Amino acid sequence: MANTHAQTIRAFIVGRHPQAELTDDQDIFSLGFINSLFAMELVMFIEKEFGVSLPNDELRIDNFRTVSSMAELVERRLAGAVSA
Amino acid sequence: MTTALPTLDRSAVRSFVDAHVVPEADRWDRAGAIPEEFLARLTEAGLWAPFLPPEVGGAGLDMRGLGAVHEEIGRGCSSVRSLLTVHTMVSWAVQRWGSDAQRERWLPDLAAGRVLGAFCLSEPGAGSDAVGITTTATAHGGGWLLSGVKKWITNGARADLFLVFARNGSGISAFLVPRTAPGVRVEPIHDMLGTRASMLAEVAFDEVLLGPDALVGPSGFASGMVLSGVLDLGRYSVAAGSVGIVQACLDASAGYAAQRTVGGAPLSELQLIRAKLSDMVTDVRAARLLCEEAGRLKDAGDSATIMATWVAKYFASTAAARHATEAVQIHGALGCAPGSPTARFYRDAKVMEIIEGSSEIQRITIADEAFRQDYGRTPEDQR
Repeated sequence: MANTHAQTIRAFIVGRHPQAELTDDQDIFSLGFINSLFAMELVMFIEKEFGVSLPNDELRIDNFRTVSSMAELVERRLAGAVSA
Repeated sequence: MTTALPTLDRSAVRSFVDAHVVPEADRWDRAGAIPEEFLARLTEAGLWAPFLPPEVGGAGLDMRGLGAVHEEIGRGCSSVRSLLTVHTMVSWAVQRWGSDAQRERWLPDLAAGRVLGAFCLSEPGAGSDAVGITTTATAHGGGWLLSGVKKWITNGARADLFLVFARNGSGISAFLVPRTAPGVRVEPIHDMLGTRASMLAEVAFDEVLLGPDALVGPSGFASGMVLSGVLDLGRYSVAAGSVGIVQACLDASAGYAAQRTVGGAPLSELQLIRAKLSDMVTDVRAARLLCEEAGRLKDAGDSATIMATWVAKYFASTAAARHATEAVQIHGALGCAPGSPTARFYRDAKVMEIIEGSSEIQRITIADEAFRQDYGRTPEDQR
């Protein structure tokens, strides 16, 4: 599942930056992709695409550093929603 | 007389505006303030923050509906719409980013209009370039110490609760500051070019001591998102209000052209006048559709709303300025006369090109769209 999530998230980021090449483990902050507008688009995208909510305490830089870490965040929120 | 609205749809708000705003707007403009009596009418009509959920006293109005409300209010008086805009920004920030305790503490009062909010970002040395702000919030005894000066604060002279953006370490965070907090000083600003009744002020914070519950939203890298989100909603409201200005210019110009004659012929038959009116008719519809698209994407939680809102605000505000100029031209000396609504639209429309991201910032930012995949297509087209 996390693999599919990662693909979806990567496609969203690359759609915004078509010239870039991006692996799942590259730090998107070091690539200069992130400003506060894009961060907001990213959070809105994840919430809508995966039907999860991201509370303030999940909006930590480490959760958004790579495509993989975002995919893991989605997995965790989906699991939390089921068990809650 | 009761002014409670049966519903918050466009036609109910249109009637409210025609009855209570249009006849008074020029008097408010000259007085430089919206009277308390009318603020109470807005409260009674439920127009301060109707998008808040019913649990806290809102009407659960969706964003498309909110855009229609702000367009209708903006058609009557941009100063009143400005008050709604900043109150909306504060209310939404608490609703979207606030803790449970902050929501409980503030949302019922914000929904009911018992507490009026103002948005504090601009400073003497920083406007659309938010990175330049120098107001600071430093950790202090478990809470915060806030210091700095905010300028051009819409409703600053009247609001009860300020949403203040301050530098907090390397990021910019949002803080809720009651007007009554010791160290808050409000200095009204009079005689602005436009939106003259929006009760602007300079608000100074002199070592204002805040509790830990003053911080709104996440800290760290995501803190800038609060500002982005709040500005996005403000931009949406200004876009809708700008559509209202174009509509008002169209209504006034068509009405005047139909009754005024020049050299024996009605103004409405002159080709150059007809050309101006045609452009107003076209642009008001285009601007309204752009706002509706932005609103629909907001309601869907679609991140494409951010760019759609930039585009809507850029188009609607520049259209308002363009057509307000033409509306004055069509009215001639009458358009320049004291108390002329057209002159007010002209002055207010200019302000729309400056606030919530100047036209220059819009033109720099919207270009990002050109470098995206499927640029120029609406999100629906891409699926």
